Amino acid sequence: METLITLLVGVLVMVAVYLLLSRNFVRIILGTAILSHAIHLLILTMGGLKKGGAPLLTEEGSTYSDALPQALILTAIVISFAVTAFLLVLAYRIYRETGADNLDDVRREFDD
Amino acid sequence: MTNALVMPVLIPLLTAIVLTFFRNSFILQRTLSFIATASSAGIGVYLLLRIQSEGILRLDFGGWEPPYGILFVGDSFALLLVTAAATVTSIILLYAFSTIGEAFEKMYVYPFMLFLLAGVNGSFLTGDVFNLFVCFEVMLLASYALLILGGRKVQLVEAFTYITINVLASWFFLLAIAYLYGATGTLNMAQLAERVAENGQGPVLTVISLIFLLVFSLKAGLLLYFWLPGSYSAPPAAIAALFGALLTKVGIYALIRMFTLVFHHSPEITQSIIGIMAALTLIGGSIGALSSNDIRQIIAYNVVIAVGFILVGLAAGNELALQGSIYYVLHDMVAKAMLFLAGGLMISLTGKAKIGELSGLIRNYPALGWLFFIVMLSLTGIPPFSGFIGKVLLGEGLIEADTYVLLTLAFLSSLFVLYSLLRVFLNCFMGEAIIGSEEQVVLKKRTLLPIVMLGILTLAIGLGADAIAPFVNDAASTLVNPQTYIEAVLDKEALLKQ
Repeated sequence: METLITLLVGVLVMVAVYLLLSRNFVRIILGTAILSHAIHLLILTMGGLKKGGAPLLTEEGSTYSDALPQALILTAIVISFAVTAFLLVLAYRIYRETGADNLDDVRREFDD
Repeated sequence: MTNALVMPVLIPLLTAIVLTFFRNSFILQRTLSFIATASSAGIGVYLLLRIQSEGILRLDFGGWEPPYGILFVGDSFALLLVTAAATVTSIILLYAFSTIGEAFEKMYVYPFMLFLLAGVNGSFLTGDVFNLFVCFEVMLLASYALLILGGRKVQLVEAFTYITINVLASWFFLLAIAYLYGATGTLNMAQLAERVAENGQGPVLTVISLIFLLVFSLKAGLLLYFWLPGSYSAPPAAIAALFGALLTKVGIYALIRMFTLVFHHSPEITQSIIGIMAALTLIGGSIGALSSNDIRQIIAYNVVIAVGFILVGLAAGNELALQGSIYYVLHDMVAKAMLFLAGGLMISLTGKAKIGELSGLIRNYPALGWLFFIVMLSLTGIPPFSGFIGKVLLGEGLIEADTYVLLTLAFLSSLFVLYSLLRVFLNCFMGEAIIGSEEQVVLKKRTLLPIVMLGILTLAIGLGADAIAPFVNDAASTLVNPQTYIEAVLDKEALLKQ
C-alpha cells in the first residue's frame, strides 16, 4: 500500500513540476496546488498506512493509526488554501492591470 | 516554564488583530503598533537576563511535556534575535509613520508589519520543526501582502515571482518534514537531535538534511538569491527595510539552528556544501552590487553579501566563528535597516534612483549624507561601529578552522561592500549640487530621526560589545554544545528533582 501511494505521489509531483514550468499564471497556481496535495499524501504515508486502526485513545492498543500526520496535514491544507487563494487574486489583479495572463507578456510590457 | 516566552509572538499578533477593526483611526494604529513592538523588545531583554541566571527557558503549551506537545524554547541565540528584530521593527515603524502615506495606512500596513514580526519571533522561539514551518508561513503571508500594498505594476509582477518561489520552497520544507518524520518518528527539535545522535546520521538523514539546506537557503538567499534583488527593491523604503532586516535572518537562524543542533554529525558533507554555497554567494553578491546602477539594487545585493558572510561562520562551525556570526547577524539587522531607510530617503527626496542622475546631495541634505557615510563604515567593519567585532571574531574563527579560502573571500567581500557603497556616496553626495536650495524637498526632522536612532544603535553595539558579550558567548556555547539544549528541553524535571 505504501509503495502504491508513494508512486502516486511521484506522479503528482511530476504533473506539478510540468505545470510549474509553464508560463501561464493559472497553470503555475494549479501546479503549486497539486504539489501541495502530493506532499500531504506523502506525510500521510510517512505515518504508516494501516487498515481500520483508530488513533490511540487509551494507553494500550494492538493496532492503531498515527494521528499526528493527520494533524499536520490539516494545518498544511489551511495554509495551502490561503496561499492559493492569495495567488489567484494576485493573478487576476495582474490581468486587470496589464491585460497579461502569462509571464512573457508581463515582461514584454515592462520592457516597453 | 515561563509564560513570558510567548509574549514576543502574542503581543504583535493580538495587537494586529485588534488594529484591523480600527482602520480609520491612524493615531490609534500608530500608537498601539509602536507600543506592541517596543514592549516585545522589552520582554526580549527581560528574558535574556533571566536566561543568564536560570539557563534555557521553555514553555510547554497546554502543559504537554516534551516530546509530546508543541513548545517554545528560549535560549540566548533566539532571544538576542527576538530583541533585535523587535527593536529594529519599532524604529522602522517610526520611519513609516512619517513616510508611508495615508493610502497605505488605510490598507492595514501596520497590522501586516506586526503579523510579520509575530511570524519572525515565532520562528526564532519555536522548538518544533512543524511549528517552525507554520511560523514561516505566518511571516511569509504577511510579507506577500506587504509586497503588493500600493499595487504598482512592478510590485505585482515581482510579487508573483516572489510568492511562487516561496510557495515552492514551503512545499519542499513540508516534504523534508515528512521524510524526517518518517525517518525519526519525531518533530521535536531536541528529541530529533537526541535520536540523530544516538542512531547516527546515516545517508538517509544526510539527504534529508540537504533538503532542509535547500529550503532554508532559498529563504535566506544563500546562493539561491535570484529572487531577492527584484522583490526587495519593489516596495516602499519602510517595507523594504523590514524585509532586508528580518526576512533573510529567519532563514539564517533556521540554518544555524538545524545544522548545529540536529545535523552536525557529518560536517565533511553538510558543512563543506554550506561553505561552497557561502563562498559563491559572496562572489555573486559582490558582482551584483558592482554591476548595478540602481541604488535599490545595490542595497539589495548588499543583503546577499551579508548572508554569505554570516554563513561562512556556520561552515567553519567552531565557537569563535559562531560568536562572530551572531554578532554579525545582530549588527546586520540594524545596519541593513539603516541602509534601506537612508537609500529610500534619497530616492523619495529626489525622485531618482540611478546613481548617475544624482549629485551633490550633501549640500542639500548634509545630515543624510553623513548618516549614509556612517552606515557604510559600519557595514565595512570599521571600528567603533558594530560590524567590526563580528568581523574580527569571524576572522579568528576561520583561522582556527584553517579555512583560508573562505577567510579571503569573506574579507574581500567587505572591500566590495565598501566599494559599492562608496560609489553611491561619491556619485550622489559629492560633486556639483544639481538641486537648488529653493527647489529642494524639505527633509523633516522626524523622518530623519529613525535613521539617527539606528546610527546610534550601531555605534552602541560597537562600543558596548562588552556588555552584550555574555549573551553572545552563551548563545555560541549552546550552539557548539547541543547537549545543553537537549537537556534543557527533555530532562528539566529530572534536573529539578536532584
